[in-house]
Amino acid sequence: MTDTEHLLRDLTPQVLGAVLRRFRDFAAAEDAVQEALLAASLQWPRDGLPDNPLAWLIQVASRRMTDYLRSEIARRRREAEVAVTAEQAAPAAAMGEDAEQDDTLTLLFMCCHASLTPSSAIALTLRAVGGLTTAEIANAFLVPEATMAQRITRAKQTIKASSEAFHPLNSAERAERLRSVLHVLYLIFNEGYTSSAGPQLQRTELSSEAIRLTRAVHRLLPDDGEVAGLLALMLLTDARRKARTGPDGELIALMEQDRSLWDQKEIDEGVALVSATLSKGSIGMYQLQAAIAAVHDEAVRATDTDWPQILALYELLKRMSDNPMVALNHAIAAAMVRGPSTGLALLRELDADARLAGHHRMDAVRAHLLEMAGDYAAAIRHYRTAAGKTNSIPERNYLVTKAARLGEKG
Amino acid sequence: MKYILMMNTMKADCEGFPGWTKEDIRTHIAFMKELNSGLRAAGELAAAEGLSWPDQAKLVRAGKDGKPITDGVFPEGKEFLAGFWIVDVESAERAYEIAARASAAPGPHGPLNMPIEVRQVMSGPPEEYVA
Repeated sequence: MTDTEHLLRDLTPQVLGAVLRRFRDFAAAEDAVQEALLAASLQWPRDGLPDNPLAWLIQVASRRMTDYLRSEIARRRREAEVAVTAEQAAPAAAMGEDAEQDDTLTLLFMCCHASLTPSSAIALTLRAVGGLTTAEIANAFLVPEATMAQRITRAKQTIKASSEAFHPLNSAERAERLRSVLHVLYLIFNEGYTSSAGPQLQRTELSSEAIRLTRAVHRLLPDDGEVAGLLALMLLTDARRKARTGPDGELIALMEQDRSLWDQKEIDEGVALVSATLSKGSIGMYQLQAAIAAVHDEAVRATDTDWPQILALYELLKRMSDNPMVALNHAIAAAMVRGPSTGLALLRELDADARLAGHHRMDAVRAHLLEMAGDYAAAIRHYRTAAGKTNSIPERNYLVTKAARLGEKG
Repeated sequence: MKYILMMNTMKADCEGFPGWTKEDIRTHIAFMKELNSGLRAAGELAAAEGLSWPDQAKLVRAGKDGKPITDGVFPEGKEFLAGFWIVDVESAERAYEIAARASAAPGPHGPLNMPIEVRQVMSGPPEEYVA
Protein backbone atom coordinates (compact mmCIF):
# COMPACT_ATOMS: atom_id res chain seq x y z
CA MET A 1 0.00 0.00 0.00
CA THR A 2 1.25 3.50 -0.80
CA ASP A 3 1.42 6.24 1.82
CA THR A 4 -1.74 7.85 0.46
CA GLU A 5 -3.55 4.51 0.64
CA HIS A 6 -2.41 4.02 4.25
CA LEU A 7 -3.54 7.52 5.18
CA LEU A 8 -6.91 7.08 3.49
CA ARG A 9 -7.44 3.73 5.19
CA ASP A 10 -6.77 5.25 8.61
CA LEU A 11 -9.01 8.25 8.00
CA THR A 12 -11.96 6.39 6.45
CA PRO A 13 -13.77 5.39 9.66
CA GLN A 14 -13.50 8.95 10.97
CA VAL A 15 -14.94 10.37 7.76
CA LEU A 16 -17.78 7.84 7.76
CA GLY A 17 -18.53 8.57 11.40
CA ALA A 18 -18.59 12.31 10.80
CA VAL A 19 -20.92 12.03 7.82
CA LEU A 20 -23.20 9.64 9.71
CA ARG A 21 -23.41 12.07 12.59
CA ARG A 22 -25.29 14.47 10.33
CA PHE A 23 -27.12 12.16 7.94
CA ARG A 24 -28.88 8.93 8.85
CA ASP A 25 -28.51 6.85 5.69
CA PHE A 26 -25.66 4.37 6.19
CA ALA A 27 -25.59 3.07 2.62
CA ALA A 28 -25.71 6.55 1.06
CA ALA A 29 -23.07 7.78 3.51
CA GLU A 30 -20.77 4.93 2.50
CA ASP A 31 -21.22 5.78 -1.17
CA ALA A 32 -20.46 9.44 -0.46
CA VAL A 33 -17.33 8.51 1.49
CA GLN A 34 -16.21 6.15 -1.29
CA GLU A 35 -16.52 8.97 -3.80
CA ALA A 36 -14.50 11.28 -1.57
CA LEU A 37 -11.81 8.61 -1.18
CA LEU A 38 -11.68 8.11 -4.93
CA ALA A 39 -11.32 11.84 -5.48
CA ALA A 40 -8.53 11.97 -2.90
CA SER A 41 -6.64 9.04 -4.38
CA LEU A 42 -6.70 10.78 -7.77
CA GLN A 43 -6.04 14.38 -6.70
CA TRP A 44 -3.64 14.13 -3.73
CA PRO A 45 -0.78 12.35 -5.52
CA ARG A 46 -1.14 14.97 -8.27
CA ASP A 47 -1.73 18.15 -6.21
CA GLY A 48 -0.05 17.19 -2.93
CA LEU A 49 -1.70 16.51 0.45
CA PRO A 50 -4.19 19.13 1.69
CA ASP A 51 -3.30 20.89 4.99
CA ASN A 52 -6.08 19.04 6.77
CA PRO A 53 -6.73 15.76 4.92
CA LEU A 54 -9.52 14.69 7.29
CA ALA A 55 -11.45 17.95 6.91
CA TRP A 56 -10.99 17.76 3.13
CA LEU A 57 -12.52 14.28 3.01
CA ILE A 58 -15.42 15.19 5.32
CA GLN A 59 -16.19 18.28 3.24
CA VAL A 60 -16.20 16.41 -0.08
CA ALA A 61 -18.23 13.50 1.31
CA SER A 62 -20.76 15.85 2.93
CA ARG A 63 -21.20 17.76 -0.31
CA ARG A 64 -21.93 14.48 -2.10
CA MET A 65 -24.49 13.64 0.59
CA THR A 66 -26.33 16.96 0.27
CA ASP A 67 -26.35 16.62 -3.53
CA TYR A 68 -27.83 13.14 -3.16
CA LEU A 69 -30.42 14.31 -0.62
CA ARG A 70 -31.43 17.28 -2.79
CA SER A 71 -32.10 15.01 -5.74
CA GLU A 72 -33.99 12.64 -3.45
CA ILE A 73 -36.14 15.55 -2.20
CA ALA A 74 -36.85 16.64 -5.78
CA ARG A 75 -37.79 13.09 -6.66
CA ARG A 76 -40.14 12.58 -3.74
CA ARG A 77 -41.40 16.12 -3.38
CA ARG A 78 -45.10 15.23 -3.39
CA GLU A 79 -44.80 12.12 -1.25
CA ALA A 80 -42.81 13.87 1.51
CA GLU A 81 -41.37 10.51 2.55
CA VAL A 82 -37.96 11.84 3.38
CA ALA A 83 -37.96 13.99 6.50
CA VAL A 84 -34.94 16.10 5.85
CA THR A 85 -34.21 19.08 7.98
CA ALA A 86 -33.08 22.38 6.55
CA GLU A 87 -29.77 21.82 8.28
CA GLN A 88 -29.14 18.62 6.38
CA ALA A 89 -30.01 20.19 3.04
CA ALA A 90 -27.73 23.18 3.61
CA PRO A 91 -24.13 22.99 2.48
CA ALA A 92 -21.93 21.54 5.18
CA ALA A 93 -20.49 24.33 7.30
CA ALA A 94 -18.10 24.56 10.25
CA MET A 95 -15.79 21.86 8.94
CA GLY A 96 -13.24 22.82 11.55
CA GLU A 97 -15.18 21.43 14.48
CA ASP A 98 -15.99 18.19 12.68
CA ALA A 99 -12.35 17.58 12.03
CA GLU A 100 -11.51 17.97 15.71
CA GLN A 101 -13.70 15.11 16.90
CA ASP A 102 -12.74 11.55 16.20
CA ASP A 103 -15.85 9.80 15.01
CA THR A 104 -14.32 6.35 14.82
CA LEU A 105 -15.71 5.67 18.26
CA THR A 106 -19.18 6.87 17.26
CA LEU A 107 -19.06 4.58 14.27
CA LEU A 108 -17.89 1.64 16.37
CA PHE A 109 -20.70 2.26 18.85
CA MET A 110 -23.23 2.22 16.06
CA CYS A 111 -21.86 -1.00 14.57
CA CYS A 112 -22.28 -2.75 17.91
CA HIS A 113 -25.92 -1.79 18.23
CA ALA A 114 -27.85 -3.90 20.72
CA SER A 115 -30.34 -5.21 18.16
CA LEU A 116 -27.62 -6.86 16.06
CA THR A 117 -26.66 -10.49 16.53
CA PRO A 118 -22.97 -11.02 17.37
CA SER A 119 -22.17 -12.29 13.83
CA SER A 120 -23.84 -9.24 12.29
CA ALA A 121 -22.07 -6.82 14.60
CA ILE A 122 -18.76 -8.53 13.88
CA ALA A 123 -19.29 -8.39 10.11
CA LEU A 124 -20.38 -4.76 10.14
CA THR A 125 -17.56 -3.68 12.45
CA LEU A 126 -14.92 -5.36 10.30
CA ARG A 127 -16.40 -3.77 7.18
CA ALA A 128 -17.18 -0.24 8.33
CA VAL A 129 -14.52 0.32 10.95
CA GLY A 130 -11.85 -2.17 9.99
CA GLY A 131 -12.12 -1.42 6.32
CA LEU A 132 -11.79 -5.08 5.37
CA THR A 133 -13.41 -5.93 2.05
CA THR A 134 -16.47 -8.15 2.06
CA ALA A 135 -14.40 -10.84 0.36
CA GLU A 136 -11.74 -10.69 3.10
CA ILE A 137 -14.38 -11.00 5.83
CA ALA A 138 -16.15 -13.84 3.99
CA ASN A 139 -12.83 -15.63 3.66
CA ALA A 140 -12.08 -15.21 7.34
CA PHE A 141 -15.39 -16.79 8.33
CA LEU A 142 -15.37 -19.34 5.53
CA VAL A 143 -18.68 -18.37 3.96
CA PRO A 144 -19.34 -17.27 0.37
CA GLU A 145 -18.88 -13.58 -0.35
CA ALA A 146 -22.54 -13.11 -1.32
CA THR A 147 -23.62 -14.48 2.06
CA MET A 148 -21.36 -12.09 3.94
CA ALA A 149 -22.48 -9.17 1.76
CA GLN A 150 -26.07 -9.90 2.70
CA ARG A 151 -25.22 -10.15 6.35
CA ILE A 152 -23.65 -6.71 6.25
CA THR A 153 -26.48 -5.16 4.27
CA ARG A 154 -29.06 -6.52 6.68
CA ALA A 155 -27.06 -5.24 9.64
CA LYS A 156 -27.15 -1.74 8.18
CA GLN A 157 -30.88 -2.03 7.58
CA THR A 158 -31.44 -3.14 11.15
CA ILE A 159 -29.63 -0.08 12.45
CA LYS A 160 -31.50 2.22 10.08
CA ALA A 161 -34.83 0.72 11.11
CA SER A 162 -34.08 1.04 14.80
CA SER A 163 -35.80 3.88 16.54
CA GLU A 164 -32.55 5.27 17.80
CA ALA A 165 -31.62 8.34 15.81
CA PHE A 166 -27.92 8.71 15.29
CA HIS A 167 -27.37 11.12 18.13
CA PRO A 168 -24.55 11.25 20.64
CA LEU A 169 -25.27 8.64 23.32
CA ASN A 170 -25.64 9.82 26.91
CA SER A 171 -23.04 8.59 29.37
CA ALA A 172 -25.08 5.59 30.58
CA GLU A 173 -25.76 4.53 26.99
CA ARG A 174 -22.09 4.98 26.13
CA ALA A 175 -21.00 2.74 28.98
CA GLU A 176 -23.46 0.05 27.91
CA ARG A 177 -22.52 0.30 24.26
CA LEU A 178 -18.83 0.29 25.06
CA ARG A 179 -19.34 -3.07 26.75
CA SER A 180 -20.87 -4.37 23.50
CA VAL A 181 -18.00 -2.94 21.49
CA LEU A 182 -15.42 -4.64 23.70
CA HIS A 183 -17.34 -7.90 23.52
CA VAL A 184 -17.48 -7.76 19.71
CA LEU A 185 -13.75 -6.98 19.52
CA TYR A 186 -13.04 -9.86 21.90
CA LEU A 187 -15.12 -12.21 19.73
CA ILE A 188 -13.20 -11.12 16.63
CA PHE A 189 -9.91 -11.75 18.41
CA ASN A 190 -11.00 -15.18 19.59
CA GLU A 191 -12.22 -16.13 16.14
CA GLY A 192 -8.81 -15.27 14.79
CA TYR A 193 -6.78 -16.85 17.55
CA THR A 194 -6.69 -20.30 16.05
CA SER A 195 -4.07 -22.28 14.22
CA SER A 196 -1.80 -20.35 11.94
CA ALA A 197 -1.51 -23.21 9.47
CA GLY A 198 -3.19 -23.88 6.16
CA PRO A 199 -6.46 -22.23 5.12
CA GLN A 200 -6.79 -20.66 8.55
CA LEU A 201 -4.05 -18.17 7.71
CA GLN A 202 -6.79 -15.66 7.06
CA ARG A 203 -7.79 -16.01 10.66
CA THR A 204 -4.50 -14.62 11.92
CA GLU A 205 -5.46 -11.39 10.18
CA LEU A 206 -8.61 -11.35 12.28
CA SER A 207 -6.77 -11.32 15.60
CA SER A 208 -4.40 -8.64 14.28
CA GLU A 209 -7.38 -6.60 13.17
CA ALA A 210 -8.99 -6.98 16.60
CA ILE A 211 -5.79 -5.73 18.23
CA ARG A 212 -5.57 -2.80 15.81
CA LEU A 213 -9.16 -1.72 16.50
CA THR A 214 -8.77 -2.14 20.26
CA ARG A 215 -5.62 -0.02 20.11
CA ALA A 216 -7.64 2.68 18.37
CA VAL A 217 -10.29 2.58 21.10
CA HIS A 218 -7.55 2.70 23.77
CA ARG A 219 -6.04 5.76 22.11
CA LEU A 220 -9.44 7.46 22.17
CA LEU A 221 -10.33 6.37 25.72
CA PRO A 222 -6.94 6.22 27.45
CA ASP A 223 -8.44 6.34 30.93
CA ASP A 224 -10.81 3.40 30.52
CA GLY A 225 -9.41 0.43 32.47
CA GLU A 226 -11.43 -2.25 30.70
CA VAL A 227 -10.33 -1.05 27.26
CA ALA A 228 -6.71 -1.18 28.40
CA GLY A 229 -7.42 -4.56 29.99
CA LEU A 230 -8.85 -5.98 26.78
CA LEU A 231 -5.90 -4.72 24.75
CA ALA A 232 -3.49 -6.21 27.29
CA LEU A 233 -5.37 -9.53 27.27
CA MET A 234 -5.22 -9.69 23.47
CA LEU A 235 -1.51 -8.87 23.37
CA LEU A 236 -0.60 -11.32 26.14
CA THR A 237 -2.62 -14.07 24.45
CA ASP A 238 -1.41 -13.26 20.94
CA ALA A 239 2.17 -13.36 22.22
CA ARG A 240 1.86 -17.13 22.62
CA ARG A 241 0.44 -17.78 19.17
CA LYS A 242 3.51 -19.29 17.52
CA ALA A 243 4.00 -21.76 20.36
CA ARG A 244 0.40 -22.81 20.45
CA THR A 245 0.33 -25.09 17.44
CA GLY A 246 2.68 -27.86 16.43
CA PRO A 247 4.02 -28.66 12.96
CA ASP A 248 0.88 -30.60 12.01
CA GLY A 249 -1.45 -27.92 13.35
CA GLU A 250 -1.94 -29.78 16.62
CA LEU A 251 -2.79 -27.87 19.80
CA ILE A 252 -0.06 -27.48 22.44
CA ALA A 253 -1.18 -26.72 25.98
CA LEU A 254 0.16 -23.64 27.76
CA MET A 255 2.28 -25.63 30.22
CA GLU A 256 3.90 -27.57 27.37
CA GLN A 257 4.65 -24.67 25.03
CA ASP A 258 8.15 -23.70 23.92
CA ARG A 259 8.33 -20.31 25.60
CA SER A 260 11.27 -19.19 23.46
CA LEU A 261 8.68 -18.82 20.70
CA TRP A 262 6.62 -16.33 22.71
CA ASP A 263 6.67 -12.72 21.45
CA GLN A 264 8.51 -10.79 24.15
CA LYS A 265 7.55 -7.38 22.75
CA GLU A 266 3.87 -8.16 23.00
CA ILE A 267 4.36 -9.55 26.51
CA ASP A 268 6.20 -6.43 27.64
CA GLU A 269 3.50 -4.20 26.21
CA GLY A 270 0.73 -6.27 27.77
CA VAL A 271 2.39 -6.39 31.17
CA ALA A 272 2.95 -2.61 31.10
CA LEU A 273 -0.72 -2.00 30.30
CA VAL A 274 -1.88 -4.32 33.09
CA SER A 275 0.48 -2.74 35.64
CA ALA A 276 -0.71 0.73 34.66
CA THR A 277 -4.40 -0.06 35.11
CA LEU A 278 -3.87 -1.99 38.35
CA SER A 279 -1.87 0.87 39.79
CA LYS A 280 -4.88 3.13 39.20
CA GLY A 281 -6.88 0.79 41.42
CA SER A 282 -9.15 -0.04 38.53
CA ILE A 283 -10.68 -3.50 38.29
CA GLY A 284 -12.81 -5.29 35.73
CA MET A 285 -13.30 -8.58 33.87
CA TYR A 286 -10.83 -7.94 31.08
CA GLN A 287 -8.26 -6.39 33.41
CA LEU A 288 -8.35 -9.43 35.68
CA GLN A 289 -8.10 -11.86 32.79
CA ALA A 290 -5.19 -9.82 31.46
CA ALA A 291 -3.53 -9.93 34.88
CA ILE A 292 -3.82 -13.72 34.88
CA ALA A 293 -2.37 -13.88 31.37
CA ALA A 294 0.46 -11.62 32.53
CA VAL A 295 1.34 -13.95 35.40
CA HIS A 296 1.52 -16.88 32.95
CA ASP A 297 3.53 -14.91 30.39
CA GLU A 298 6.02 -13.67 32.99
CA ALA A 299 7.04 -17.20 33.98
CA VAL A 300 10.26 -18.07 32.18
CA ARG A 301 9.54 -21.77 32.56
CA ALA A 302 6.21 -23.49 33.15
CA THR A 303 7.45 -24.57 36.57
CA ASP A 304 8.04 -20.90 37.50
CA THR A 305 4.33 -20.12 37.20
CA ASP A 306 3.02 -18.23 40.21
CA TRP A 307 -0.11 -20.32 40.74
CA PRO A 308 -1.04 -18.79 44.13
CA GLN A 309 -1.25 -15.40 42.46
CA ILE A 310 -3.31 -16.83 39.62
CA LEU A 311 -5.62 -18.47 42.15
CA ALA A 312 -6.08 -15.16 43.99
CA LEU A 313 -6.95 -13.45 40.71
CA TYR A 314 -9.47 -16.16 39.82
CA GLU A 315 -11.04 -15.73 43.24
CA LEU A 316 -11.53 -12.02 42.44
CA LEU A 317 -12.84 -12.90 39.00
CA LYS A 318 -15.31 -15.39 40.49
CA ARG A 319 -16.70 -12.65 42.73
CA MET A 320 -17.23 -10.39 39.73
CA SER A 321 -18.77 -12.93 37.42
CA ASP A 322 -20.90 -16.05 37.73
CA ASN A 323 -19.68 -17.27 34.36
CA PRO A 324 -19.23 -21.02 34.85
CA MET A 325 -16.11 -21.04 32.65
CA VAL A 326 -14.44 -18.80 35.22
CA ALA A 327 -15.38 -21.32 37.90
CA LEU A 328 -13.78 -24.12 35.85
CA ASN A 329 -10.54 -22.21 35.46
CA HIS A 330 -10.63 -21.39 39.15
CA ALA A 331 -10.89 -25.11 39.92
CA ILE A 332 -7.75 -25.79 37.86
CA ALA A 333 -5.84 -23.03 39.65
CA ALA A 334 -7.02 -24.34 43.03
CA ALA A 335 -5.80 -27.80 42.07
CA MET A 336 -2.38 -26.44 41.10
CA VAL A 337 -2.04 -24.75 44.50
CA ARG A 338 -3.81 -27.16 46.88
CA GLY A 339 -3.86 -30.45 45.01
CA PRO A 340 -6.25 -32.21 42.65
CA SER A 341 -8.75 -33.28 45.34
CA THR A 342 -9.50 -29.62 46.06
CA GLY A 343 -10.11 -29.00 42.36
CA LEU A 344 -12.30 -32.09 42.01
CA ALA A 345 -14.34 -31.05 45.05
CA LEU A 346 -14.98 -27.68 43.41
CA LEU A 347 -16.11 -29.46 40.23
CA ARG A 348 -18.59 -31.52 42.19
CA GLU A 349 -20.15 -28.26 43.41
CA LEU A 350 -20.38 -27.13 39.77
CA ASP A 351 -22.24 -30.29 38.76
CA ALA A 352 -25.39 -28.53 39.94
CA ASP A 353 -24.91 -25.73 37.39
CA ALA A 354 -27.23 -26.43 34.47
CA ARG A 355 -25.14 -24.29 32.14
CA LEU A 356 -22.25 -26.73 32.47
CA ALA A 357 -24.31 -29.90 32.13
CA GLY A 358 -22.99 -31.88 29.18
CA HIS A 359 -20.50 -29.17 28.26
CA HIS A 360 -17.28 -30.58 26.88
CA ARG A 361 -15.11 -28.26 28.98
CA MET A 362 -16.53 -29.74 32.17
CA ASP A 363 -15.42 -33.19 31.05
CA ALA A 364 -12.05 -31.88 29.84
CA VAL A 365 -11.25 -30.14 33.13
CA ARG A 366 -12.44 -33.12 35.16
CA ALA A 367 -10.28 -35.40 33.05
CA HIS A 368 -7.24 -33.20 33.65
CA LEU A 369 -7.77 -33.17 37.41
CA LEU A 370 -8.38 -36.91 37.52
CA GLU A 371 -5.12 -37.37 35.65
CA MET A 372 -3.36 -35.18 38.22
CA ALA A 373 -4.89 -37.31 40.96
CA GLY A 374 -3.62 -40.50 39.31
CA ASP A 375 -7.07 -41.91 38.42
CA TYR A 376 -6.11 -42.67 34.83
CA ALA A 377 -9.07 -44.87 33.91
CA ALA A 378 -11.61 -42.19 34.85
CA ALA A 379 -9.48 -39.48 33.22
CA ILE A 380 -9.42 -41.39 29.93
CA ARG A 381 -13.21 -41.78 30.00
CA HIS A 382 -13.72 -38.06 30.50
CA TYR A 383 -11.13 -37.05 27.86
CA ARG A 384 -12.96 -39.25 25.37
CA THR A 385 -16.37 -37.85 26.34
CA ALA A 386 -15.04 -34.30 25.99
CA ALA A 387 -13.57 -35.18 22.58
CA GLY A 388 -16.97 -36.35 21.43
CA LYS A 389 -18.64 -33.10 22.43
CA THR A 390 -16.29 -30.40 21.26
CA ASN A 391 -16.95 -28.45 18.07
CA SER A 392 -13.29 -27.93 17.27
CA ILE A 393 -11.22 -30.44 15.33
CA PRO A 394 -7.84 -29.41 16.78
CA GLU A 395 -9.37 -29.61 20.24
CA ARG A 396 -10.89 -33.02 19.58
CA ASN A 397 -7.54 -34.30 18.42
CA TYR A 398 -5.86 -32.86 21.49
CA LEU A 399 -8.27 -34.57 23.87
CA VAL A 400 -8.10 -37.89 22.05
CA THR A 401 -4.28 -37.72 22.16
CA LYS A 402 -4.33 -37.05 25.90
CA ALA A 403 -6.52 -40.11 26.39
CA ALA A 404 -4.20 -42.19 24.22
CA ARG A 405 -1.10 -41.04 26.14
CA LEU A 406 -2.70 -42.02 29.42
CA GLY A 407 -3.71 -45.34 27.95
CA GLU A 408 -0.08 -46.08 27.19
CA LYS A 409 0.96 -45.15 30.74
CA GLY A 410 -1.70 -47.21 32.52
CA MET B 1 -22.28 -21.98 13.84
CA LYS B 2 -22.30 -24.14 10.78
CA TYR B 3 -24.62 -27.08 10.24
CA ILE B 4 -24.82 -29.54 7.38
CA LEU B 5 -28.31 -30.50 6.23
CA MET B 6 -28.20 -33.75 4.28
CA MET B 7 -31.12 -34.72 2.10
CA ASN B 8 -31.23 -38.48 1.83
CA THR B 9 -33.42 -40.26 -0.60
CA MET B 10 -34.15 -43.87 -1.53
CA LYS B 11 -32.82 -45.14 -4.86
CA ALA B 12 -36.41 -45.87 -5.91
CA ASP B 13 -37.40 -42.22 -5.35
CA CYS B 14 -34.53 -40.99 -7.53
CA GLU B 15 -35.68 -43.31 -10.26
CA GLY B 16 -39.25 -41.98 -9.92
CA PHE B 17 -38.27 -38.33 -10.40
CA PRO B 18 -37.98 -38.38 -14.20
CA GLY B 19 -41.54 -39.77 -14.21
CA TRP B 20 -42.98 -36.63 -12.58
CA THR B 21 -45.12 -34.30 -14.66
CA LYS B 22 -43.47 -31.18 -16.06
CA GLU B 23 -45.56 -29.08 -13.70
CA ASP B 24 -44.49 -31.05 -10.61
CA ILE B 25 -40.84 -30.82 -11.63
CA ARG B 26 -41.16 -27.08 -12.19
CA THR B 27 -42.86 -26.58 -8.81
CA HIS B 28 -40.18 -28.60 -7.03
CA ILE B 29 -37.32 -26.71 -8.66
CA ALA B 30 -38.99 -23.35 -7.96
CA PHE B 31 -39.36 -24.32 -4.30
CA MET B 32 -35.66 -25.15 -3.96
CA LYS B 33 -34.67 -21.99 -5.78
CA GLU B 34 -36.78 -19.92 -3.40
CA LEU B 35 -35.44 -21.75 -0.36
CA ASN B 36 -31.86 -21.05 -1.40
CA SER B 37 -32.54 -17.40 -2.30
CA GLY B 38 -34.13 -16.91 1.09
CA LEU B 39 -31.10 -18.39 2.84
CA ARG B 40 -28.75 -16.32 0.73
CA ALA B 41 -30.71 -13.13 1.46
CA ALA B 42 -30.64 -13.92 5.17
CA GLY B 43 -26.84 -14.30 5.07
CA GLU B 44 -27.16 -17.93 6.19
CA LEU B 45 -26.18 -19.92 3.12
CA ALA B 46 -22.66 -21.29 3.12
CA ALA B 47 -23.20 -23.97 0.47
CA ALA B 48 -26.01 -25.76 -1.37
CA GLU B 49 -25.31 -28.58 -3.79
CA GLY B 50 -27.29 -31.24 -5.59
CA LEU B 51 -25.51 -34.50 -6.31
CA SER B 52 -25.75 -36.62 -9.41
CA TRP B 53 -27.93 -39.68 -9.23
CA PRO B 54 -26.91 -43.10 -7.86
CA ASP B 55 -26.62 -44.65 -11.32
CA GLN B 56 -23.70 -42.27 -11.88
CA ALA B 57 -22.11 -42.94 -8.51
CA LYS B 58 -18.99 -44.98 -7.99
CA LEU B 59 -17.76 -46.74 -4.90
CA VAL B 60 -14.00 -46.53 -4.77
CA ARG B 61 -11.55 -48.57 -2.76
CA ALA B 62 -7.78 -48.77 -2.83
CA GLY B 63 -6.48 -51.71 -4.85
CA LYS B 64 -3.40 -53.75 -3.97
CA ASP B 65 -1.11 -51.60 -6.11
CA GLY B 66 -2.76 -48.33 -5.04
CA LYS B 67 -4.88 -48.14 -8.18
CA PRO B 68 -8.52 -47.31 -7.51
CA ILE B 69 -11.02 -50.13 -7.76
CA THR B 70 -14.38 -48.75 -8.78
CA ASP B 71 -17.68 -50.46 -8.40
CA GLY B 72 -20.79 -48.86 -9.80
CA VAL B 73 -23.54 -51.24 -8.82
CA PHE B 74 -25.68 -50.26 -5.85
CA PRO B 75 -28.07 -52.45 -3.98
CA GLU B 76 -31.75 -51.56 -3.94
CA GLY B 77 -33.03 -50.22 -0.68
CA LYS B 78 -29.95 -48.11 -0.10
CA GLU B 79 -30.29 -44.49 0.91
CA PHE B 80 -28.42 -41.91 -1.09
CA LEU B 81 -27.28 -38.40 -0.42
CA ALA B 82 -29.25 -36.42 -2.99
CA GLY B 83 -27.92 -33.04 -1.96
CA PHE B 84 -26.89 -30.94 0.99
CA TRP B 85 -26.88 -27.46 2.42
CA ILE B 86 -24.34 -25.96 4.78
CA VAL B 87 -25.92 -23.12 6.73
CA ASP B 88 -24.27 -20.62 9.05
CA VAL B 89 -26.83 -19.81 11.74
CA GLU B 90 -27.17 -18.47 15.27
CA SER B 91 -28.62 -21.62 16.83
CA ALA B 92 -29.36 -25.31 16.33
CA GLU B 93 -33.08 -24.47 16.41
CA ARG B 94 -32.67 -22.28 13.35
CA ALA B 95 -30.87 -25.12 11.52
CA TYR B 96 -33.79 -27.45 12.34
CA GLU B 97 -36.25 -24.83 11.10
CA ILE B 98 -34.46 -24.65 7.76
CA ALA B 99 -34.27 -28.44 7.54
CA ALA B 100 -38.01 -28.70 8.16
CA ARG B 101 -38.61 -26.34 5.25
CA ALA B 102 -36.35 -28.36 2.99
CA SER B 103 -38.15 -31.52 4.05
CA ALA B 104 -41.47 -30.03 2.95
CA ALA B 105 -40.29 -29.66 -0.67
CA PRO B 106 -43.20 -30.52 -2.95
CA GLY B 107 -43.58 -33.73 -4.94
CA PRO B 108 -46.39 -35.12 -7.08
CA HIS B 109 -48.47 -36.09 -4.03
CA GLY B 110 -47.84 -33.10 -1.76
CA PRO B 111 -44.85 -32.36 0.54
CA LEU B 112 -42.20 -35.02 0.14
CA ASN B 113 -41.33 -35.04 3.86
CA MET B 114 -37.85 -36.28 3.12
CA PRO B 115 -35.76 -36.95 6.22
CA ILE B 116 -33.02 -34.33 6.50
CA GLU B 117 -30.04 -35.29 8.62
CA VAL B 118 -28.72 -32.27 10.54
CA ARG B 119 -25.24 -32.27 12.02
CA GLN B 120 -23.00 -29.55 13.29
CA VAL B 121 -19.92 -28.83 11.22
CA MET B 122 -16.76 -28.80 13.33
CA SER B 123 -15.73 -25.26 12.68
CA GLY B 124 -15.24 -23.96 16.20
CA PRO B 125 -12.02 -22.40 17.43
CA PRO B 126 -10.24 -24.45 20.09
CA GLU B 127 -10.11 -23.43 23.75
CA GLU B 128 -6.88 -22.40 25.37
CA TYR B 129 -5.59 -25.42 27.28
CA VAL B 130 -3.44 -24.73 30.29
CA ALA B 131 -2.12 -28.27 30.61
